[in-house]
Amino acid sequence: MQRFLDLLQDIARLWQNYWPGYLNGIRSTLILAVVATLIGCIIGFACGVLNTIPYTKQDRPVKRFFLKLIRVVVRVYVEVFRGTPMVLQAVFIYYGLPYFTYNAVQWPSVWAAAIVVVSINTGAYMAESVRGGILSIDPGQTEGAKAIGMTHVQTMLSVILPQAFRNILPQIGNNFIINVKDTSVMFVITFTEFFAFHRYIVGINNMYFPSATIEMVGYLTMTLVASFLLRALERRLDGSDSYELAQADPLTMTAGTYRRPDPAGGTLSQPPDPEAQDRIRQQRKHGRNRGER
Amino acid sequence: MHSDAILEVRHLSKSFGSHQVLRDIDFTVRPGDVTSIIGASGSGKSTLLRCVNLLEAPSSGQVIFHGQDMTAPGVKATQYRSKVGMVFQSFNLFHNMTVLENCVVGQVKVLKRPKAQARENALKYLDQVGMGPYIHAKPRQISGGQKQRVAIARALAMEPEVLLFDEPTSALDPEMVGEVLSVMHTLAQQGMTMLVVTHEMAFARDVSSHVVFMADGVICEQGDPQQVLANPTQQRTRDFLARFMAR
Ligand SMILES: Nc1ncnc2c1ncn2[C@@H]1O[C@H](COP(=O)(O)OP(=O)(O)OP(=O)(O)O)[C@@H](O)[C@H]1O
Ligand SMILES: [Mg+2]
Repeated sequence: MQRFLDLLQDIARLWQNYWPGYLNGIRSTLILAVVATLIGCIIGFACGVLNTIPYTKQDRPVKRFFLKLIRVVVRVYVEVFRGTPMVLQAVFIYYGLPYFTYNAVQWPSVWAAAIVVVSINTGAYMAESVRGGILSIDPGQTEGAKAIGMTHVQTMLSVILPQAFRNILPQIGNNFIINVKDTSVMFVITFTEFFAFHRYIVGINNMYFPSATIEMVGYLTMTLVASFLLRALERRLDGSDSYELAQADPLTMTAGTYRRPDPAGGTLSQPPDPEAQDRIRQQRKHGRNRGER
Repeated sequence: MHSDAILEVRHLSKSFGSHQVLRDIDFTVRPGDVTSIIGASGSGKSTLLRCVNLLEAPSSGQVIFHGQDMTAPGVKATQYRSKVGMVFQSFNLFHNMTVLENCVVGQVKVLKRPKAQARENALKYLDQVGMGPYIHAKPRQISGGQKQRVAIARALAMEPEVLLFDEPTSALDPEMVGEVLSVMHTLAQQGMTMLVVTHEMAFARDVSSHVVFMADGVICEQGDPQQVLANPTQQRTRDFLARFMAR
């Protein structure tokens, strides 16, 4: 118990002296996570879409070749960046650029490098999610869109991607939460985010455990808020469970009452039957079929 | 040549790998025709319809629309499809849109109509199929019969020259079949050109102007409903009808 009170006291002291440093770290962590997740989603969607462009044997060989090439390139990208630790990717990208250019080219800032590393990493994960999200949409949706003359791009943008986006939203949230935590490895390229400040603190005093507690609470707060906001967004996208009736439905009244058409109703190649049209007009006006039932 | 024809299907064949599903299909659709395609399950009716609007590429043969071969290289299938509506057995309404948006999106994206005009037009056709009250509903919130009526309105809103139906009532509970058939009947009376794959013999007999009977990927017999359904000349047609009526 005493230990616990000591800890609280130490935390209070630490916070009092260093709160701007911690808050600054949180700010950097959040900005990096948000920006990189957004860019990662864009990369993921681009890869997912490119990866699912259909081709048939009737297409020109050039087109088929390019589509196959795209799939191979995306595959390699996904496997490489999913299959290696982000710490090492950060080292390779941040120090690799000057190394391979004999210091001719440097990263403009550590921010730029960090955003690139985390974005590319997120993109690799998202590419697979988006591909799965697109493939999981009922092919009937594509057929429905094609049947009214929509192009592949129109079908994707208006019909498939909105549905795929909704389906993979939980995974986008997952990636964001992972990014909030995993950006802590960016200290290897001297990026100072939330966790880096902890490393700085324990370097100048011996308050290792109190500082770690602050970090724990800080990360948990960030991820809980993120979860909450994502849930709210999901509910919003799903829309309400009910809908407003604009007026009464005239035709459900006739459910199951399909009869043989009136023999006097005229044959089919004749111009529209005025009597039938009148019936429909009446029906719409009165909300039911006159003479029916 | 039939210069007045909307659609001519000429020597159309379709194979999936080594499996030949359609062989030398030949028929003509003129304005105002209501053609019913009947036949046993697996005889290739759906495949034929999908070849007609090029959702499936024919292996050989031609689909001629107003004298122009749509299977020729360089023809834009999307433009052609916007003039040939299709209503599916499984509705295929867009789940991410309301009833109204389902009927607007094609007009805006494909026909480039202004939003307000598209909306008004969609409302007109939704009213016609009796779905005016449900414009704010999502597809998952309405019944099968209502979904199919929305699907019909969505196709009509594109103002197509021909409307294709692939077993529009087969996925419906019996009590909802009537509402969809009566919408189709009204369309027929208004002079809409339709090509309907159906198992509803009453519809084929009473509403259509032509009946095409398919068996094993070929057209076995075609003609006016009286002839094909009441006095079939082919033994296979007689067998099919006998089996069908016995159920
Ligand atoms: N994409 C496909 N790949 C391979 N075979 C197919 C494909 N589509 C259809 N077939 C085959 O083509 C044949 C005809 O199928 P189709 O769906 O056109 O029949 P149908 O007359 O519409 O039958 P139903 O009344 O059951 O709907 C079937 O043997 C089916 O297995
Ligand atoms: Mg079928």
